Amino acid sequence: MKFADEFRDRDKARALVREIETLADQIEITRTRPLNIMEVCGGHTHSIFRYGLEGMLPPSIELVHGPGCPVCVLPMGRVDDCVAIAERPGVIFTTFGDAMRVPGSKKSLMQAKADGADVRMVYSPMDALALARNNPDREVVFFGLGFETTMPSTALTVLQAEADGIENFSVFCNHITIVPTIKAILDSPDLHLDGFLGPGHVSMVIGTAPYEFIADFYKRPMVVAGFEPLDVLQSIWMILKQISEGRAEIENQYKRIVPEAGNDPALAAVARVYELREFFEWRGLGSIDHSGVKVRDEYARFDAERKFAIPNVKIADPKSCQCGEVLKGVLKPWQCKVFGTLCTPETPLGALMVSPEGACAAYYQYGGVKPQRDETMAAAT
Amino acid sequence: MCLGIPGRIVRIDDAAKKLATVDVSGVRRQINIACVVDEAHPVESCIGDWVLVHVGFAMSRIDEHEAAQTLKILTELGEAQAEIEAMRQSSVH
Repeated sequence: MKFADEFRDRDKARALVREIETLADQIEITRTRPLNIMEVCGGHTHSIFRYGLEGMLPPSIELVHGPGCPVCVLPMGRVDDCVAIAERPGVIFTTFGDAMRVPGSKKSLMQAKADGADVRMVYSPMDALALARNNPDREVVFFGLGFETTMPSTALTVLQAEADGIENFSVFCNHITIVPTIKAILDSPDLHLDGFLGPGHVSMVIGTAPYEFIADFYKRPMVVAGFEPLDVLQSIWMILKQISEGRAEIENQYKRIVPEAGNDPALAAVARVYELREFFEWRGLGSIDHSGVKVRDEYARFDAERKFAIPNVKIADPKSCQCGEVLKGVLKPWQCKVFGTLCTPETPLGALMVSPEGACAAYYQYGGVKPQRDETMAAAT
Repeated sequence: MCLGIPGRIVRIDDAAKKLATVDVSGVRRQINIACVVDEAHPVESCIGDWVLVHVGFAMSRIDEHEAAQTLKILTELGEAQAEIEAMRQSSVH
């Protein structure tokens, strides 16, 4: 593999892969089909591709790349809403850079900016608040996006805006929650998953207790994992160990970052500012109950959705896109009809091509064909 | 934005607002440290601490070794460069 020569702790990795192979051989299911393990988080997807981990694993283990890239699951209609807000006179629309190129039905934020809208990339919602402070005659809107990892940052920024009496700042809230999404995936008839690599940094905020239903009701193991290649391999080993022993538990491989109870101040800020929506629309996955949050009534004046009329139109994904199937792991990225032809990282049709955490962009960038295992191991020596 | 980046708290800017300056690979910027402050770690005691910074908010305290390891993998993923570039270019005026 191209990057295997940079791989740290190669001996440890090889030893882990050997133990994974031994365990996989002991698991009955692998005689009839591969074990399907979903990595929920886009950060894991990126790491798995970057280090060629798929190619190191035996064919009896299939990694399914889940929906955990917030940019990738943003529906077109919400991008259209962003563009509509950004194009209002007097508005400064602020966003993380990742979201600039996500296609809407007519244009992306990048194109809206080229057409004259005042769209600015910021590193942090705090910078959007600073912009509001520095431009009192303008309305500054921040595009709030991401799972529980980034939710506390926008909640704390709203609380700061309130404390400072800044009234020309609002959040266009598109934050999503991981747990209902995992449940929707588990309920999907298309999929049979045998275990999950749990998201590292979402869990740093929410802790591990919210995942207990996966073990209790669905009898599937989950191991909350770190992002280094050895973390991912060790976590896969832990999942296999559970399966081989007939256990289904929530385990934490990433204890050095993830406290079992989560982060109290972060959760408190989120609970103060946000409440669950009845449902939220996902690109490719459709509507999922309670899978998004909205700004509470008490903070309505910081809610862009209430401050400005947004079109809020549901837009179907382009017919040629098969993002939904790829997101659910039913199709591999290269099996999509437009992968690498009409849809590339430079000109993405589907959102999975936009971010390096999206499965399609990761395949495109690092090569999607599963390399021969021997070749990988040879390169790793 | 989801992977964050390690930084070291070098100064407390505003104890009431829990704002501090962090050094991320030589780039300094202000971050919010509300999520790593508690009774065991009052604001003033945070100077010198390594933290994992997500979009301008310290979300977890880490040790120096973990910080170095994390920075290395983020550099290999290309995320560290993107994050630092985003910090440098962020628009506040």
